[in-house]
Amino acid sequence: MESGQRFSLFRYAAPNVFYPLAGRLAPWFAAAAVAFALVGLYLGFFVAPTDAVQGEVYRVIFIHVPAAWMSMFIYLIMAFWSAIGVVFNTRLSAMMTQALAPTGAMFCFVALWTGALWGRPTWGAYWVWDARLTSQLLLLFLYFGFMALTRAIEDPRRADKAGAILALVGAVNVPVIYFSVKWWNTLHQGASVSLTKAPSMATTMLMAMLVMALASWAYTIAVVLWRVRSLILERERHTDWVGEVLEAKGAQA
Amino acid sequence: MLSVFLEVLRRDLLLAWRNRADVLVTLAFFTIVACLFPFGVGAEPNLLRTIAPGVLWVAALLATLLSLHRVFSQDHTDGVLEQLLLSPEPPVLWVLAKVLAHWLTTAVPLVIAAPALALLFDMTQSATVVLILSLLLGTPILSLLGGVGAALTLGLRGGGMLLALLVLPLFVPILIFGAGAVDAYLSGTGASAHLMLLGGGSLAALALAPWACAAALRIAVE
Amino acid sequence: MLEVTELACLRGDRMLFADVALTVRPGELVRIAGPNGVGKTSLLRLLCGLAMPEHGQVSWKGARIDRAREAFHRDTLYLGHAAALNDLLSPLENLRFAAACHGLSADVGQSELALERIGLGPQRDLPAKVLSQGQRRRVGLARLYLSENVPLWILDEPFTALDVTAVRDLAEWLDAHCARGGMVVMTTHQDVPFATPMRTVDLAESAC
Repeated sequence: MESGQRFSLFRYAAPNVFYPLAGRLAPWFAAAAVAFALVGLYLGFFVAPTDAVQGEVYRVIFIHVPAAWMSMFIYLIMAFWSAIGVVFNTRLSAMMTQALAPTGAMFCFVALWTGALWGRPTWGAYWVWDARLTSQLLLLFLYFGFMALTRAIEDPRRADKAGAILALVGAVNVPVIYFSVKWWNTLHQGASVSLTKAPSMATTMLMAMLVMALASWAYTIAVVLWRVRSLILERERHTDWVGEVLEAKGAQA
Repeated sequence: MLSVFLEVLRRDLLLAWRNRADVLVTLAFFTIVACLFPFGVGAEPNLLRTIAPGVLWVAALLATLLSLHRVFSQDHTDGVLEQLLLSPEPPVLWVLAKVLAHWLTTAVPLVIAAPALALLFDMTQSATVVLILSLLLGTPILSLLGGVGAALTLGLRGGGMLLALLVLPLFVPILIFGAGAVDAYLSGTGASAHLMLLGGGSLAALALAPWACAAALRIAVE
Repeated sequence: MLEVTELACLRGDRMLFADVALTVRPGELVRIAGPNGVGKTSLLRLLCGLAMPEHGQVSWKGARIDRAREAFHRDTLYLGHAAALNDLLSPLENLRFAAACHGLSADVGQSELALERIGLGPQRDLPAKVLSQGQRRRVGLARLYLSENVPLWILDEPFTALDVTAVRDLAEWLDAHCARGGMVVMTTHQDVPFATPMRTVDLAESAC
């Protein structure tokens, strides 16, 4: 088993170093996420003024806009880790990519859901084929495709590499999709009310939105660290150090 | 160098000829999908004329999707893919040949059949010409991007559904500009911008997709 | 010369073998032995560059094969489990395609001769789907008769499904290749009488 230890060190950027580090950092980010979310929601729902045109309904943007931002950022970060993985052949990066995908899909879904809720009183329909909402929907499909592909491949090495190629191909296509949908939208619909531009921004509104964005960043980092930890355990389960970790856990329980 | 490209192209075209029922089935599928729409939305001529470009493009897209498994799967199961990967020539060459063969045996028949279907939807002659141009310029992207998807899902269970999930979102821009070209022509703004974007997209896909495809194939046999 | 150092292979999450070292010099015939599931086929696939090793490296003429892929593949012939045969093409078409992909110049005459030597002369224009299992194997093996100038042959169970005369003919051809200064690395479950002294590498010793 001595050799197994050596190979795993070669494989990951030292997973037995990264594993406890991630474990120490994750709770801090989780705490920061909760704190930012509380402050942001307080600012958004109690401090920010009521919008003159839309009344109280507009407040959903404090969740909608950060979620939409985050869902796009996460895809870019996935593409970044995939590029690192392809160039340097590191496996930690593939695990990062796979840990990020569910969170990205979740934010995408939240953005669509809150968008629909906001759309009902504003446009009179839960769904309109607005450029932003439509490209958000396509982004959700890209996330689903990535998760479905990496889960359909049994061999983790093949799953990592195939996922990296898909994420990169997707990242090249995201701007193309966005601009084509925007073009299509202006041709077919005329200008529609856009979520992000709707209320004239008061300073408190902007503040609330930024704090909520920080909250979603912190949340994402915390969740991804935890997910990467379990991925490491799963893939390294045959090595000595994981055995020791599991034994220690068993002793605690 | 070129000989590998030509050999693979020749072989795939020969195989398509010996298996020509496959090509006919794809064509029949294209036709039947397009013919379903009047039953669904009603046979009002104005309505049909309006939806015709979109319907024909969606039908072409689905027909291409269903034919994508032909590009690599047979070679994967009988071991030819391994031998191709062991060829001393760059994989991009024969990947390109295979994708070109797919385009010639799938998209070109669709383009030839499209005018007949355009008649069923009462499209004007000049609009049909624009539709054919948009298909000619847009379908290479379908074959190229679809080839990457087919390579990624090679040999996976449920590969067909997965392939659809992977590539259909990527096909949306092509659908927008393809069907949009005819709409733009009919509305009087002219289709040249759409057609140029489709052509540019084809060139970009031609430059990038074969590399991704070759990398995906290497992973698939590993 | 083929050099293998510290080679390790991971299948799924199981380490198949580690620390495999092997040197094959011109004229050598090397047999990879070991029980089923020890990773013989996996080792051959690593040697020919179809799979990436978990650790260690394979070098050909002093250059790592992943850095000098094209030169290495010009010098290598790999015949795996699958016959690499398309059912709709005839043996002759299959053989000529395989040779052309490998950059070998094989005209119709040479290809027909190769098929005759492997005993497939009468079947050369039939579609491959009517061939028996042994005949399908032979179409792949016919490439050996076109690859005299390819120094390294990597063969996975070449003798399976062949009859006695075919085994003897093939063994003679492999001997002739080694006598020319070629190299053969192969796996086989059969005891085949070779004239060339055969070196056996037992993979079970490196199994994890």
